[in-house]
Amino acid sequence: MQNGKSMSEKEKILSILEEVCDPEVPVLSILDLGIVREVKITGDETEVVITPTYSGCPAMDAISIDIRLKLLEHGYKKIKITSILSPAWTTDWMTETGKRKLKAYGIAPPQYSNKGEENIECPQCHSINTKLLSQFGSTACKALYQCLDCKEPFDYFKCH
Amino acid sequence: MNQLINYTLHLADTTLIIAQRNSEWCAHGPILEQDIAITNISLDLLGQSRNFYQYAAKLINAAHAPFPLEREGGEASEDSLAYLRTEREFKNLLITELPNGDWAQTILRQFFFSVYQYGLYEQLHKSGDEQLAAIAEKSLKEITYHVKWSSEWVIRLGDGTEESHTRMEKAIKALWQYTGEFFIPANFEKEVFSIDYEVLKKNWQTKIETVFTEATLSIPENVFMHTGGKTGNHTEYLGYILAEMQHLQRTYPNAEW
Repeated sequence: MQNGKSMSEKEKILSILEEVCDPEVPVLSILDLGIVREVKITGDETEVVITPTYSGCPAMDAISIDIRLKLLEHGYKKIKITSILSPAWTTDWMTETGKRKLKAYGIAPPQYSNKGEENIECPQCHSINTKLLSQFGSTACKALYQCLDCKEPFDYFKCH
Repeated sequence: MNQLINYTLHLADTTLIIAQRNSEWCAHGPILEQDIAITNISLDLLGQSRNFYQYAAKLINAAHAPFPLEREGGEASEDSLAYLRTEREFKNLLITELPNGDWAQTILRQFFFSVYQYGLYEQLHKSGDEQLAAIAEKSLKEITYHVKWSSEWVIRLGDGTEESHTRMEKAIKALWQYTGEFFIPANFEKEVFSIDYEVLKKNWQTKIETVFTEATLSIPENVFMHTGGKTGNHTEYLGYILAEMQHLQRTYPNAEW
């Protein structure tokens, strides 16, 4: 009974966390991004364990504040947010929904192929005739590519 | 315990100072994409440095160490460790505090440093200290990009025009004498982990040679190597960096925005 109750409480918290978005890529929730590692409920305390995408990601501080505010809004009082580093975050933890949302937003999602990170599909015209312009894009997690067919430059979320 | 604190501060200071130096390129890069690249690298390094400082602060507070912050009366934090320690207390490698010079010199320093950092963190990952291993594991993913990016630039400039080649040679002459410090451990390094410096040095040299060969550059021989950064004996440049970096916290203690 106790266990069943806390499970559903966890699910409730997770559905609230679904409303917290990455400030840099606002179409992605922090669950899509795969940075929420655990939700722990101990007595009246709610702990959310998150992991940074990149060590210097400035969005992490904003995300911690947003989680706290969102939980306060839903009546949670004692909130603890913990950041852990190991195992290190990987783009493999990004959900399929997250990848679809990224693409619709105009950012190519991380993609593996036997050629490495080449032939990245252009999120505009879907051509794979594209080239890397710079390994470092507008944020640490992205690289800059250009489509050689429609000529549009675009951000690519790097495999990490 | 004190030596582990020293070691963690050495890792924190080294990444902080090179991050600070690279950030000077912000809005001054040769082209926009590379301006973004070097500042992204700077951000990665700053993030790594924050992780080390947070860990150092935790160790200091847990040990009630009479460690450098007794004067503030309060607890150590990542901010107090970065903003309130003096030049002699900083344990960063000398190479990180040298002025940026031109683009060739900045690139070469990043290349030397990233290859060293990669090898070192691979060993730290297996050091047995859980938190240092976690920070190393996280950082290695980022350093992989830094090594790739800086290697490509060393090749592009070395095997580029006559001018870019000459500039790389000048950069080698300026920086090579600071690379020996990577492999000469300070006492706190020897006492905390059994890092294999021979392996570290051998792997570093192999990578440098491979890239230099492709870049048509050669490795200097019989160069005197400077040391001292790890034990707080710095070049004149560090004081200026700290003055700029720390003046706000020192003028308006605990200022926030």
